[in-house]
Amino acid sequence: MDGKGYGSRPDRTLYDSMIRRRAVLTAALLGVMLILFLLNISIGSSSISLTEIVRILFTGEGQGHKAMIVREVRLPMALMALAVGACLGIGGCEIQTILRNPIASPYTLGITNAATFGAALGLILNTNILRVSEALMVTANAFVFALLASVCIYAFSCRPGAGKNAIILFGIALNFLFSALTMVLQYISDDEDLKSLVFWSMGSLLKTTWSKFLIVLSALIFCFVILYKNAWQLTAMTLDDTKARSLGVDTQKVRRMVIILTSLATAFAVCFVGSVGFVGIIAPHIARQLVGEDQRFFLPLSALLGAVIVALSFVVSKLVIPGVVLPIGLVTAIIGIPVFLAIIFSRMRVI
Amino acid sequence: MLRIEKLSFSYKPKKDKEPVFQDLDIEFRPGLNAVLGPNGAGKSTLLKSIFGLLSYDGTVWYDEKNVTKMRTEDKTKLMAYLPQTDVETSTLTVLEMVLLGRLPELGRRVKDEDLSSVMETLQALNILHLAPKSLGELSGGQKKLVFIAQTLVREPRVILLDEPANSLDLQKQLELCQMLRRLVETKGISIIVVLHDINLALRFARHIVILDDCGRLYQAGKPEQVITEKMLREVYGIVASVSYDGDGVPTVSAIRSVRDERQGTA
Repeated sequence: MDGKGYGSRPDRTLYDSMIRRRAVLTAALLGVMLILFLLNISIGSSSISLTEIVRILFTGEGQGHKAMIVREVRLPMALMALAVGACLGIGGCEIQTILRNPIASPYTLGITNAATFGAALGLILNTNILRVSEALMVTANAFVFALLASVCIYAFSCRPGAGKNAIILFGIALNFLFSALTMVLQYISDDEDLKSLVFWSMGSLLKTTWSKFLIVLSALIFCFVILYKNAWQLTAMTLDDTKARSLGVDTQKVRRMVIILTSLATAFAVCFVGSVGFVGIIAPHIARQLVGEDQRFFLPLSALLGAVIVALSFVVSKLVIPGVVLPIGLVTAIIGIPVFLAIIFSRMRVI
Repeated sequence: MLRIEKLSFSYKPKKDKEPVFQDLDIEFRPGLNAVLGPNGAGKSTLLKSIFGLLSYDGTVWYDEKNVTKMRTEDKTKLMAYLPQTDVETSTLTVLEMVLLGRLPELGRRVKDEDLSSVMETLQALNILHLAPKSLGELSGGQKKLVFIAQTLVREPRVILLDEPANSLDLQKQLELCQMLRRLVETKGISIIVVLHDINLALRFARHIVILDDCGRLYQAGKPEQVITEKMLREVYGIVASVSYDGDGVPTVSAIRSVRDERQGTA
């Protein structure tokens, strides 16, 4: 098996053509994402034409009302849609990979429901865990509980012999626990608080500010870079544990790293916009159909698709009823689920 | 060469539980070694221990190097191990799957040398045409060959194979064993292979290690030395005859279980 007598040139052609196809797909999706991003800035209570947006964004020109709306309101919201979608896409992609389970996601592991419980504590009991200002109370509570759930899952996964199925079961148990606790709070709450909790759990991008966006973006970049550096190890995690270990992968360590990073990304995404759960499941599925499970492409494409799904949902949420912005979580599910089912049943190639 | 010294291992360290191995000493030889033994003798456990997937007492030596104390990276450079896991599905293509065998070398861009060694390994196993297919499209035997390729592509000094011939048809079993023999001769590496098919082992292995059902070393040596009717009765519990072909290679024909014999005389 030495390199002689078997020229290295033809070897590359098959591999290179595989890579090229994936690179083209990734570029195309980037284009779609950009279009949706611009549409999100354009659509709103007062519509702003695309040429005007391009001028305001790229030349720095434009004064007055419209430029202010674009810079201070629409731009952070449109960017937040992308960042949140990407966080959820990455979370789903990696949780599915390390647990080798196509229906796993940070949502299934209870992280989102824990955040909802935290929000409920703030909204219904006025509990201010971190003693932050009133405006940030709900967000801070949601974050603390999302992190608490993650720490529980992490601690559990550190036990010797905690395999993938054990982790899933543990996560599902957490999920039910937090939704039961939330229901207790709902039961004792008054109508007004109940309403705000329901709204919170439907998800909304409307309260986005630049600082919130920058926090989510930093979490996203941090997680993405570390995960991408470990792309081959993560690809090997699609194999059975013994096989992955025979390739020199420390499966327990990779699993723990992924749990920390994805929970972090999810916690930041969910605490600012509420529960937008389904993206974490569909984005990786579509990505897998398009590029397979080579993580050098699977990971970025899951992020891109997550961003595209949330951005598209945001566009639709503003168009369905003029003057009303529907909750982003609902629209994502209503658009996402039929698309998801169509893909699954037309290809039938789920893992 | 690979040597095992006072290996002890137990899956559940309790006093009442029988250990899988107790102070086991085995010396392997350069070339193709086959490990034989009945079900539950600890053949797979032995390979897992050597590769370091299980924590055991005792020492594994490679020449004068202590393998037990090696770091994982050095160990994976020295040895490759093919576990005996069920055939699995994956959306990865055959090319990617075999490429994963070179995991420590892989970066963002895949180097020419990694790709060409993947292609050569596929070629050597006659599955080059499968390279672009995804693993889910292959038959059980083809998948098995892909995982064998993934193990060989790392070009290690020692290769541990757990039941590589399972689910392969007769032609592919023979081709695989011939290829392993060639590999041993051209590269000077050592292979330790667990085989169920005694006759296949006898034909291709130079050194046979026999474990009995309590995980003890029953005998080790050249095929014609260790394969006796007495051994087959004591280790496998079968009545069998051993014959030799023109090249002096022993062949076993199993006749009946010892248990049947007992029932017959009762």
